Amino acid sequence: MDILKVKNLKKIYHTKTGEILAVDNFSLNLKQGEFVAIVGPSGCGKSTILSILCGLDKASSGSINIQKNLKFGYMLQGDNLFDWRTIYKNCLLGLELENNLTKENIKYVNQLLDTYGLKDFKKAYPNNLSGGMRQRVSLIRTLATKPDILFLDEPFSALDYQTRLAVSDDVYKIIKKEKKSAIMVTHDLSEAISMADKVIVLTNRPSKIKNIYEINLTNKSTPIQNRKAKEFSTYYDKIWKDIDYHV
Amino acid sequence: MYSKEHREYLKKIKLKNFLIKFTQILIILLFIFIWQFAANHNLINTFISSSPKSILNTIINLYQDGSLFYHIWITFYEVLISFLIATIGGIIIATILWRYKFISKVIDPYLTILNSMPKVSLGPIIIIIAGAGTKSIIIMALFISIIITIINVHQAFISTDQNKIRLLKSFKAKPYQIYFKLILPSNYNNLINVCKVNIGLVFIGVIMGEFLVSKAGIGYLIMYGSQVFNLNLVMTGIILLAIMASLMYYFIVFIEKRLQK
Repeated sequence: MDILKVKNLKKIYHTKTGEILAVDNFSLNLKQGEFVAIVGPSGCGKSTILSILCGLDKASSGSINIQKNLKFGYMLQGDNLFDWRTIYKNCLLGLELENNLTKENIKYVNQLLDTYGLKDFKKAYPNNLSGGMRQRVSLIRTLATKPDILFLDEPFSALDYQTRLAVSDDVYKIIKKEKKSAIMVTHDLSEAISMADKVIVLTNRPSKIKNIYEINLTNKSTPIQNRKAKEFSTYYDKIWKDIDYHV
Repeated sequence: MYSKEHREYLKKIKLKNFLIKFTQILIILLFIFIWQFAANHNLINTFISSSPKSILNTIINLYQDGSLFYHIWITFYEVLISFLIATIGGIIIATILWRYKFISKVIDPYLTILNSMPKVSLGPIIIIIAGAGTKSIIIMALFISIIITIINVHQAFISTDQNKIRLLKSFKAKPYQIYFKLILPSNYNNLINVCKVNIGLVFIGVIMGEFLVSKAGIGYLIMYGSQVFNLNLVMTGIILLAIMASLMYYFIVFIEKRLQK
């Protein structure tokens, strides 16, 4: 069952000096519980696609069909926590904006904080947390509004390499445990292969789909474990060639 | 208990802070002392430069005939009213400009002109329109402080982190929610700074206004003193102003610290 269908998406940016075709002919089907990664050269318009999907930007043409009553959660680059709010208050932000601070929802947020190791930090301020913890808070803030589909826009790019591996493991487990579907944009190929069920490779601008890979790894488990699977490097090589980086 | 090294470190910091405070107080005491000394021994012309003693006497005299606090109150009242209107009004107008980009683009060159123009030149017009009284003084102080408030606050508002705005928009936040949840709290420090700057500017405006029209207030004391060549009165006025302005500044710092807790 596809919960999200995107067909022939096209986006043109207009500037004074001309127009830029950012995305052309992009299609995507997302199944319930599926994790899709979109990779491509930097500046190719990957993030544009996510902005359009969650309604921050308007597509020039194409269609987006969403199953009824589905909710989006958007996690963008960096954690964007509000320094003047406590961790707890940061997590309630989305619910506040939706005027949805019901007892049940607050309980859910508390439960998320407890489950994911932030129990003792509810009253702390973001400055006192490590990069990985901040990222977890940012994910809980998104999950608090109970979205069905998560859009992750290079969510780990601000972290150093080790933290990044640990946090992506973390986030992946949380997403799977809460049974969310997700679309992640990244320029890190190994991150994409280790986390996603399906990797969509985009070309340089204008972004078109170059290839789609169903990722089938033996003993598929968490992202860090997945990196050890024997098919991992095969996928990596293929995608690397697709993207055709040249310096 | 801390290690010995750490205790010594703390001691050093304490000593340093004490030395700074001590030197600060020493400088002002020394200044007053040298001033008085030079006056006593006719090294300076006390008719022009006055002396700490005669300033003190002037203050006591003013206090005894009951006009000291009257003048202070008049100036304080004018400063307070102008400060409140300039700061709150400035923030409200900046908010409107933040919300409606079209208005902000249209009004931009006019703000620049008004900001760079010497506002004193408006004095005569203000007096003719508003009359020679408190109203003119307040309008004068407003002109001097509100334009720069609008410009600074608006600049701070539009420099708010775009990613955070996107985040709020992804939660379908309405403009008023973005304003109250993000724009205002994230610019808290900027707003406090605007307040600090405004205290200084409003004082300039009020004293200038009092020079031009007033019948009372510290500015009036200074103006009156200079016209009758009573330099003691002029110096007294200046010192009263310095005390008032710094007290109001520290009041804002106090509020700032209070709110941060």
